[in-house]
Amino acid sequence: MTGTHLGMPAFPEAAREAVRDEVLRANLRHATHTIRDKRARAVAELEDWDRLRAAGKAVKDHTLAHLDRYLLQLEASVTAAGGTVHWAADADEANRIVTELVLATGEKEVVKVKSMATQEIGLNEALEAAGIAAYETDLAELIVQLGHDRPSHILVPAIHRNRGEIRDVFAAEMGGWGRPAPEGLGDDPRELAEAARLHLREKFLRAKVAVSGANFMVAETGTLVVFESEGNGRMCLTLPETLISVVGIEKVVPTFRDLEIFLQTLPRSSTAERMNLYTTMWTGLGPSKGADGDGPSAFHLVLLDNGRTDTLADEVGRQALRCIRCSACLNVCPVYERAGGHAYGSVYPGPIGAILSPQLRGTGSEIDATLPYASTLCGACYEVCPVAIDIPEVLLHLRERVVQGGPVTREGIRVRIRPADGHTAERAAMRAARILLDHPGALRAGERLLARARRLRPRRLPGPGRAWTDSRELPELPEHSFRDWWAQREKAGREKAGREKAGPAKVEPAKVEPAKPEHEKGARP
Amino acid sequence: MRAALFVTCVNDAIYPRTGIAVVRLLERLGVTVDFPAAQSCCGQPQYNTGYRREAEPLVRRTAEAFAGYEYVVTPSGSCAAMIRSHYTRIGRAAEAEGRGPGLAALAEGLVPRVYELTEFLVDVLGVTDVGAYFPHTVTYHPSCHGLRTLGLGYRPRRLLAAVRGLELRELPGAEECCGFGGTFAVKNPDVSAAMGTDKTAHAVSTGAEVLCGADNSCLAHLDGILRRQGAPLRALHLAEILAATEEEPVQGFEGLV
Ligand code: SF4
Repeated sequence: MTGTHLGMPAFPEAAREAVRDEVLRANLRHATHTIRDKRARAVAELEDWDRLRAAGKAVKDHTLAHLDRYLLQLEASVTAAGGTVHWAADADEANRIVTELVLATGEKEVVKVKSMATQEIGLNEALEAAGIAAYETDLAELIVQLGHDRPSHILVPAIHRNRGEIRDVFAAEMGGWGRPAPEGLGDDPRELAEAARLHLREKFLRAKVAVSGANFMVAETGTLVVFESEGNGRMCLTLPETLISVVGIEKVVPTFRDLEIFLQTLPRSSTAERMNLYTTMWTGLGPSKGADGDGPSAFHLVLLDNGRTDTLADEVGRQALRCIRCSACLNVCPVYERAGGHAYGSVYPGPIGAILSPQLRGTGSEIDATLPYASTLCGACYEVCPVAIDIPEVLLHLRERVVQGGPVTREGIRVRIRPADGHTAERAAMRAARILLDHPGALRAGERLLARARRLRPRRLPGPGRAWTDSRELPELPEHSFRDWWAQREKAGREKAGREKAGPAKVEPAKVEPAKPEHEKGARP
Repeated sequence: MRAALFVTCVNDAIYPRTGIAVVRLLERLGVTVDFPAAQSCCGQPQYNTGYRREAEPLVRRTAEAFAGYEYVVTPSGSCAAMIRSHYTRIGRAAEAEGRGPGLAALAEGLVPRVYELTEFLVDVLGVTDVGAYFPHTVTYHPSCHGLRTLGLGYRPRRLLAAVRGLELRELPGAEECCGFGGTFAVKNPDVSAAMGTDKTAHAVSTGAEVLCGADNSCLAHLDGILRRQGAPLRALHLAEILAATEEEPVQGFEGLV
């Protein structure tokens, strides 16, 4: 992926700052809760949701299993419809292809449809380096771009910003890019949208080249599909003369009919709408297109691999490629809600980012080695995913990769990777715990030791345990383990049985007093 | 009926009261309880942190310890979930990598015999009124593994609703994770504490005296926050409430109210 995020701190450090930012947390909380409730209602309307989900999963799995075949079919269909197909193995190659295509038109400006793939490869930066200005036209992307910021959500890239912040960004930055914001701009959403519209309109009308991604590509017909809700996308897709679409190879589906599933599941999962407002489909250059009709007279499709084939080689991890980028998993994720999107160090934040980035980029960097741990495994993401990606399963699989190493595919070659750095102490602790737990005698002795040390229980623990005692009390330790209570009871029971045989003397079974809560002892600090 | 208690390592060492409550409760309902001493930890801490190989001997130990029992009952949703969702896979992976012959079949054999406490009560014993008495206000936190992995659904709350004297209060945002997440609480302490603080704030907002759950790991985290804050309610395991009667109330709890 792009270099923009390299050198990111590990997830826990990046998240720490976000957790302490009260405004950010409030913004995120409000936005994610609103959308998650709406999504639940929109999904509940469909009686056959479970079947749609299973169907979406099946279509994606089938396509991934025969990806080579469907990509070749797609190439043939796009070519037959007048488009040109380019293959890009990685970000550099994709950026080079797009830059050359733009330069060949003689243009120095492009308008962009919101696209995850071009963010993933850092296309805007690459174009800028070649002297080409790329204008984002999606409202939220525009906010991010004008604010010299990074997106923090797949669908709502500026989710971390509130209205006041957006007003300030518009007022300060719009003039530098084109039409300035109106004098005395307020923070009413409608006013802000109008300012953006006026600013963007001149870009749409002037641009000769557009760059987009696509939500789906149909192998059978060569059709590309973009879902959006503002109409800016349709402007970009129809007004400019040249259209360049950069699309991940996993976005292909076999037939036009397959779209029927995703036309229902994607909008409901992402924006909680029954249907998204603008669904634009284009098939190369049809007879009505070209210079005299609607749509571009030149169409280029750049098929992007950038780690996807390697991900596909992994039996457990490959299910991440089913993702249709609806962002439902972000909106329900309690970790995302507190940590914010930037902490994930990638254009793919949240649960899907935690499993996708370490696969596309490898688990070598600090951020990528900590991403699989950026989850409590609560399972909320799996529950909402419209293509049933078992995100917790992949997280566990990647955790194994981080601490134990093992076989992975890198650039098409099967290699064994070593465990990520910094797990030596943890590994030793896990081994020690395992040995203790696997020897009940030792375990019992350990429990007794713990019980004896209960009076010494410190309020703050040293080492990694400090993370617990920083914000929580330690549990009260009991005087006896359950094991000891049981053994005493058994013994008393046997003795009682023995005595009952001898005579009717009554003996109470041994009683273990449970530990008293702290407040009873008046010991609360 | 005879059932084996899988008390779990956390309950054994830190929350014996929960195990004692389960024994009392089940015996009251006519179940003969066994405690196979060879049992230990289910291997969840290791497995969830990425140390699958370290979990293998614990998978074997657990499966062997309970080999002879038709019913294995545990008062821990996450340990039941660990066995149900991961044991077979861990066994298969071990065999595929040339370790632990027979582990897959052994582990697989255990899976259908393991019941989380409320499943055992409602599905196997067929009771929702266990004859408990607990005259307090209670709010229930359905831990993620119970809620999503095991699909416990209505069971815990129906059991609670049938307790005499108990008033159940709805917990706002009940289905949200509490932020414990095993080693997550230590690896991502800030996010974990933020999640836990929101959860306890919701619990406090109900005005209940007790925050009830069926997983002592989550409760240790939440109770730790409640105590640090000096909040007016305490976490208590569901088993203790279900075991409580007029004659034998939850020990050490009277002082709270
Ligand atoms: S993983 Fe599933 S829920 Fe998350 S963005 Fe992708 S398709 Fe949507």
